[in-house]
Amino acid sequence: MTIAHNPLRDPRDKRLPRVAGPCVLVLFGVTGDLSRKKLLPAIYDLANRGLLPPGFSLVGFARRAWEHEDFRQIAYDSVKQYARTPFREDVWRHLAEGIHFVPGEFSDPGAFEALAMALKELDQTRGTGGNYAFYLSIPPKFFPQVVEQLRSAGLAERSAGSWRRVVIEKPFGHDLASAIELNDTVHRVFPEESIFRIDHYLGKETVQNILALRFANEMFEPIWNRSYVDHVQITMAEDIGIGGRAGYYDGIGAARDVIQNHLLQLLALTAMEPPTSFSAEAVRAEKAKVLSAVRIPGDLSLATARGQYAAGWQGGVKVRGYLEEEGIPADSRTETYAAVKLEIGNRRWAGVPFYLRTGKRLSRRVTEVAVLFQRAPHLPFSETDTEELGQNALVIRVQPDEGITVRFGSKVPGSSMEVRDVNMDFAYGESFTESSPEAYERLLLDVLIGDPPLFPRQEEVELSWRILDPVVEYWAGQPAIDQYKSGGYGPDSADELMARDGRAWRRL
Amino acid sequence: MNIDLADTTTRRIQDALTQARHLMGGPAVGMVLTLIIVTDESAQYDAVRAATEASREHPCRVLTVISRDARGSSSRLDAEIRMGETGPGETVLLRMYGPLAEHADSVVTPLLMPDTPVVTWWPGGRVPETPSRDPLGRLAQRRVTDSYAARDRLGTLARLAERYAPGDTDFAWTRLTSWRSLLAAALDQDHAEITAGEVAAEPDSPSAELLAAWLSVRLGVPVSRGTSDGPGITGVRLVTGRGDIEICRPDGRVATLRRPGQPDRQVALLRRPMPELLAEELRRLDPDEVYREAAMRFAKDLAAGKGRAESAPAAPGPEAT
Repeated sequence: MTIAHNPLRDPRDKRLPRVAGPCVLVLFGVTGDLSRKKLLPAIYDLANRGLLPPGFSLVGFARRAWEHEDFRQIAYDSVKQYARTPFREDVWRHLAEGIHFVPGEFSDPGAFEALAMALKELDQTRGTGGNYAFYLSIPPKFFPQVVEQLRSAGLAERSAGSWRRVVIEKPFGHDLASAIELNDTVHRVFPEESIFRIDHYLGKETVQNILALRFANEMFEPIWNRSYVDHVQITMAEDIGIGGRAGYYDGIGAARDVIQNHLLQLLALTAMEPPTSFSAEAVRAEKAKVLSAVRIPGDLSLATARGQYAAGWQGGVKVRGYLEEEGIPADSRTETYAAVKLEIGNRRWAGVPFYLRTGKRLSRRVTEVAVLFQRAPHLPFSETDTEELGQNALVIRVQPDEGITVRFGSKVPGSSMEVRDVNMDFAYGESFTESSPEAYERLLLDVLIGDPPLFPRQEEVELSWRILDPVVEYWAGQPAIDQYKSGGYGPDSADELMARDGRAWRRL
Repeated sequence: MNIDLADTTTRRIQDALTQARHLMGGPAVGMVLTLIIVTDESAQYDAVRAATEASREHPCRVLTVISRDARGSSSRLDAEIRMGETGPGETVLLRMYGPLAEHADSVVTPLLMPDTPVVTWWPGGRVPETPSRDPLGRLAQRRVTDSYAARDRLGTLARLAERYAPGDTDFAWTRLTSWRSLLAAALDQDHAEITAGEVAAEPDSPSAELLAAWLSVRLGVPVSRGTSDGPGITGVRLVTGRGDIEICRPDGRVATLRRPGQPDRQVALLRRPMPELLAEELRRLDPDEVYREAAMRFAKDLAAGKGRAESAPAAPGPEAT
């Protein structure tokens, strides 16, 4: 591993990027959408930016009768189509030399022995030093099997001076009990510090910018509390339906799919106290603290809403309803829209509701955190002057078009005094730049370097389920589920939820 | 949108900029800095293009100062405003004729974006005597030169080092980042103690000199300079007790990393185009002390070497005898 001190590294030398050490990334589930659209292009982009070590190798493992060449071709196609940075032949050629494929079933110990042999050989020929990261881009039901096979093939044991890491994607279980079980499965083989749980939202620049915005500035933090904030809305809206994910989605639903991980992580970053430092431990400790302070209201019928999209028109296209989607039973009660009101029981946030909502087939795709401030205590204008004035808001747009918007009142030009809402918009980085990485690039690099702050820890996963389980259980006991119009703003019950508090959702 | 203003004033340029922005409905991008480019007619095209590309990452106002016909007797200012066509920022080309060229700062100062940093860049061979004292350099907190483009490359680099002020930097240093990052990554792994080093490159390469100086400062060992046919830097060798750690790049594209007891590894190590160099410079605006140390060491060694070379024939030192 790293020696005590590298004389060429100097904290003042900010030009030098963090580069991963020699290693192999083993990818399970190479045929999936995620690896074709995100992971393989991200690996190329990292190589193109010079952030992968010389000799870096990628091994694909799947149930296909492929040769190395076939897998290289798949990788080539997906890089060509999806990579963010320009295609460079030299970079590709050296990356491709390190791309290997091992065919096999998850149930076949022989295949894992072949994998172990292949890895050993790479250590010899490409100097990867026995450092392996296993990326499990596969359905969670295979985790126990794969993890167990890795152990029996001796791939989970590291020799002195090398590392083993395992990367898993959401869902981390479907309730508290299954999350604990999943965790035990992985823990039997890998220690907690070797487990990297990927929530790709946390790799996004804007999400990391929440921390910079809050803790590097003086003008926001003083008003970031119950004295000034009226409420917070955290939204993840999608304009698409479930697509081909029927098998996964039905029975899971929007709350487990999105609220449990993405939205509660966003809530934690928005609401947490300042960490003592930006080390993984300190940030995770604050996140865990605020998650454990989250309370769900007593009467869930008043504090939650859910629905299924019905047939209709979305963005000029006629679309099917959820129940008519292929592979969905006609009596499914799985929600495709979920909204929940949460409270945080601490001194900073007491009495400030956090409204979380997510849904499919809504009018447009947007993910944002909106902090809405209280109205000014006194307005020295006449009633008619400020009719159009809403609440001040600070909106962190996570996707698309990452940026920050501040809404405040401004005088309308003219001889009369009229105050109306205006927006101040900041959109720096991401969409423009080669140097600002895509979320998966950032996270993959962090895995290979072994830098954990952006990965949720088991404690956070369990705390999130603790928040969500009662809601999902309550819904399971309800006889019917609302339908909402595709291409709209979600079910009426969600609007009523806000109206009861004298508030309204931000327009999507 | 393209606006040409002949024989104009800064006031009119400001008005035109404001009006253009209103007409376009106010570009949604907040500009983060002002970039002043000091150049001439022949080099402005490439420089402006590089700045436009870099401004995708750093939306900025680009003020290009082009002096023309400095010996003419009458002053005139022509301006060309480009907006919303190629990038998120604004570009203004300022052509200055006659004595006005000597007072370019008076034109540029009113056009700087308020509240944001200023960077001055001298592409091409026009390296100022002392960047931080130059009228346009004084406006900036970051001053970027390119000693490689100068006629006397090494002499220019040594002069820049001697007159260094915090905020100075040179493209010869920027070009090294990928080399330095590969070397640093190589030493992240366990290795025996390094006792000496060598940097091989084409002769007359300020980047190679800086790399050798940096290695020698950081590692505390002598680092010699070998010459090769290039292109650019072709290899770095670090001598350790257990064999050499070596990176060689004979073709300017692909580097091979050799370590004792390990297989050779290859990685693409491309020479980077100007827009990338500029974008890197705009990323960090704080003084680059690591560059300062390397440049100072180089200047010191160069002076010492010259001193030896000059005194050697007249009075051979004790070592020579």
